[in-house]
Amino acid sequence: MKILVCISKTPDTTAKIAFKDNNTKFDTSGVQFIINPYDEWYSLVRAIELKEADPSVTIHLIHVGGPDSDPIIRKALALGGDEAFRVNTASEDSYYIASQIAEVARQNNYDLIFTGKETIDYNGSVIGGMLAQLLQLPFVSLTTKFELNGGAAIVTREIEGGEEIDEVTLPAVISSHKGMAEMRIPNIRGIMGARTKPLKVIDPIEVPELTVTESFELPAPKESVKLVPADQPEELVRLLHEEAKVF
Amino acid sequence: MSVLVFLDQAEGQIKKNSFEAACYGAKIAELMNTQAKGVVLGSVNTDLAGLGKYGLGQILSADQPELAQFDSVRYCEAIAELAEKEGAQVIVLSNNFNGKAVAPRLSVRLKAGLVTGAVDLPDLKEGFVVKRGVFSGKAFASVSIKTDIKIITLNTNSYPVTDQGPAAQVEKVTVQSGTPSIKIKEVKKVVGEVPLSEANIVVSGGRGLKGPENWNIVTDLAHALGAATACSRPVSDSDWRPHHEHVGQTGLTIAPNLYIAIGISGAIQHLAGVNRSKTIVVINKDPEAPFFKAADYGIVGDAFEVVPKMTEAILKLKQAG
Repeated sequence: MKILVCISKTPDTTAKIAFKDNNTKFDTSGVQFIINPYDEWYSLVRAIELKEADPSVTIHLIHVGGPDSDPIIRKALALGGDEAFRVNTASEDSYYIASQIAEVARQNNYDLIFTGKETIDYNGSVIGGMLAQLLQLPFVSLTTKFELNGGAAIVTREIEGGEEIDEVTLPAVISSHKGMAEMRIPNIRGIMGARTKPLKVIDPIEVPELTVTESFELPAPKESVKLVPADQPEELVRLLHEEAKVF
Repeated sequence: MSVLVFLDQAEGQIKKNSFEAACYGAKIAELMNTQAKGVVLGSVNTDLAGLGKYGLGQILSADQPELAQFDSVRYCEAIAELAEKEGAQVIVLSNNFNGKAVAPRLSVRLKAGLVTGAVDLPDLKEGFVVKRGVFSGKAFASVSIKTDIKIITLNTNSYPVTDQGPAAQVEKVTVQSGTPSIKIKEVKKVVGEVPLSEANIVVSGGRGLKGPENWNIVTDLAHALGAATACSRPVSDSDWRPHHEHVGQTGLTIAPNLYIAIGISGAIQHLAGVNRSKTIVVINKDPEAPFFKAADYGIVGDAFEVVPKMTEAILKLKQAG
């Protein structure tokens, strides 16, 4: 079985969000970059667990980005990927990115493609669905449990007010959410081994961008909190009812 | 020429966030001097003509049994077929679980630029620019869609619902339904509770509550308000509460009208999941808790004393009113 895990690079969850060049670019100064948590903790670790259960499983990683992404790709290899592809380009358009990944997927016939449910910077939640359509494969979004069952998988996905259990025939695209697996830390053996694992840099294919990010802005600063004394909870209820009118 | 709005349903009920999408789509249609049309797939227990009140001029109803349950391939094909037939310029969906599954497919299928998580109407002065939330609610991006057909998914609680429009014309349609891509084996709903993602009011508890045995003060307040309950990550990680209640960066992102946080310090990852709430109330005994900086109202005090008194005051108010 061959699994492709899509790896995205995002700012650390505690990074300060600021913009530069007239608010057209994210200001990366002082920002530490990490593997998108949904890609790492849930997709990649679930793929590693499948490989631990069946050593014939191969895990490929794919990332679309420049050479500055190599450290996070090496980290993903240290956790347990077998080899990695980096498509040497950058874009903020999901269709462009998904098309690059789909091109690599077409050449390698994967049984399973994992993406995170979204990246924590652009929060698009789009790449998985686009890949599925580009490759004409089934897609299960926001998956919280994944088990193989012969040539199919039994997956649990979130829906409003509950969950749905689906059977999906492989090959398929799965977007991973919390619950799929538990976060791991790479060990020394993994880190040493990652140095010699193949990281292939490939050129992008020509695809149009369907959207262009024009500018960014920060939300207006919040007015300071209105504090009510602890012995007057009734006053808070009154304010919520009469001033904020929220119930 | 038209704006097409996908009205998502489950078990025959159109979901609340679809009404928001309908009003949003109707306003875009007005700005573009065209008509908004709703798409309903599968059978619903709703008076379809009545959906006109949200500003939809026409409802396209594909009442086919195989469309009763959501399937991203079937729904994508159905919406794409209707969009092509209607010459839709804009397609609006809710940014909910199903919207997130079908909109990316639709974007590829129609070669139409997609913006997910829109928080405002598109700016049509120069092209078609949509504002969306990025960096987990910590910023916004303005994204220009360059294609002839535009697809938008609307974030929940981002556009006001008005319901004064005249009845819609209902047209029965039949779409090619293709083969299903997945087999739904089971649907498990949490019974008797307000679904968190659709709740107007959410009462949430954190580690400050000290243990699952103390949760009654949260649930009592929630019941008094008709609210859903939620929790912070450490709480669901410790199995004090079920995982589906976890709100935050790695859990559910919600935007209710009122979010009451009890004994939650307000780590940046938690705020990312709730910072789009209209009104935030924080109850915490630590005056330095970072959550107070993001709050509209707060009480610095012992939750075990404050919260039951709030519940009592609310019940009194509801009885009187």
